[in-house]
Amino acid sequence: MSVSLLIPTALRGFAGGSAEIELEGATAGEVLAALAKRHPEIKEHLYEEDGNLRSFINVYVGDTNIKSLNGQDTAVKDGDSVILVPSIAGGGSWL
Amino acid sequence: MALISDERLCDLSHDEIARYSRHLLLPEIGLEGQKRLKAAKVLIIGTGGLGAPLALYLAAAGIGEIGVADFDFVEASNLQRQIIHSTKDIGRPKTASAKDKVRGLNPGVKVTEYNVALTSANAMDIIKGYDVVADGTDNYQTRYLVNDACVMLKKPNVYGSVFQFEGQASVFYAEKGPCYRCLYPSPPPPGLVPSCAEGGVMGVLPGIVGIIQAGEVIKLIIGNDGKDSLIGRLLIFDQWRMKFRELKLDKDPKCPVCGEHPTISGLIDYELFCGLKPEKKELAYGTLTPFELKARLDSGEKIQIIDIREPHERAIAKFPEAKPMPIGQIARRCDELDPELDTVFICKIGTRSIFAINALFETGYSGKVYNLQDGINGWARDIDNSLPRY
Repeated sequence: MSVSLLIPTALRGFAGGSAEIELEGATAGEVLAALAKRHPEIKEHLYEEDGNLRSFINVYVGDTNIKSLNGQDTAVKDGDSVILVPSIAGGGSWL
Repeated sequence: MALISDERLCDLSHDEIARYSRHLLLPEIGLEGQKRLKAAKVLIIGTGGLGAPLALYLAAAGIGEIGVADFDFVEASNLQRQIIHSTKDIGRPKTASAKDKVRGLNPGVKVTEYNVALTSANAMDIIKGYDVVADGTDNYQTRYLVNDACVMLKKPNVYGSVFQFEGQASVFYAEKGPCYRCLYPSPPPPGLVPSCAEGGVMGVLPGIVGIIQAGEVIKLIIGNDGKDSLIGRLLIFDQWRMKFRELKLDKDPKCPVCGEHPTISGLIDYELFCGLKPEKKELAYGTLTPFELKARLDSGEKIQIIDIREPHERAIAKFPEAKPMPIGQIARRCDELDPELDTVFICKIGTRSIFAINALFETGYSGKVYNLQDGINGWARDIDNSLPRY
């Protein structure tokens, strides 16, 4: 399946600057793995050390959160959009 | 049930009828809706990029009482987007500047200033007197604090957030839908995601998102029972590609605050929750103030200075004698450093450089490393006034 993965601005720097990437995969998890393979530097932003998705990144297939579907096993079909939605907080300095 | 009960409504004066005529002509608002706006009390948390349009439009709309909470003072770098403040306000408390503008726009609005940081100790007392809360904060610890307090006090929390070219908006109202924690159970660890102070933000973006929030506040008050609001929906907006998308938000039955079996029933330590109180451990690197670095350079000592900023930032202010090595290239290019020499890492404000140093140590680097405190902005402040601060 060929789907387009939409990368938010906060993560584009770790995906070669791309806003949208065409990737192959049968499930949401496979699409994310294909992204991590192409851009290894994005990996630590997507996954915890145990391989689970980080809790501050939501993954949508179309308009539905994969948490409400089958998680990373959620099936995707040709032409679907997979969207990464990280938490953003704006403004002030961190440390 | 309407958010503002009928008992709280009172008549509009002739002046008010003239002022709000364009609202009164809309059957969805009308006289009754305008009376609800007049009776309503809205708390705006943060008077920055989001709070500025929120406060101005809510004042224009005739909200009876507006609270503005912000501990910060107006700085020159705020004025590119925080349109409630003016050049003459630089140095003033943001709440005072916001109050002046609101009163100038609409003297009928009562404004209460909270020129303090919102904390677990004061949040419940401040929030409880308001009907709706609008979250225009700029950090995770306050966002989780505001969310939890709103869930506990059963208040709707009108949410907006921005970064670079991207915005999010929703209405978190646990009485009728999900809360912020249902979407994001926990924040990113500090430093993984840059802030707008380091990553930048397009000035009009918080204007757009703040105005979306203001519209949601007004609709919640007018009392269509939240049914056409952003409750249960997340709006994401990409300013650069000019795309709006709407995503579904589900309530998480396991949410620790608003789920079926909540495990958090009172406010917690949000700095700890957001990882901002790291355990004290011996740092593997040292810290130099700009004065200390200057003294060592003046003594003729040979020091490697590594500027980890991106090329477009170096174009703003160049650090003399520094070798550019953008943060993403540190691991790959660590062989270019001489571990026999002391090395000083610099960035804009001395925060990203710490992550660059950690990335360097992960490669097994054994040399002595220092972080320049306050970055090139500190150097411009203390040592070289010919450099701009940004």
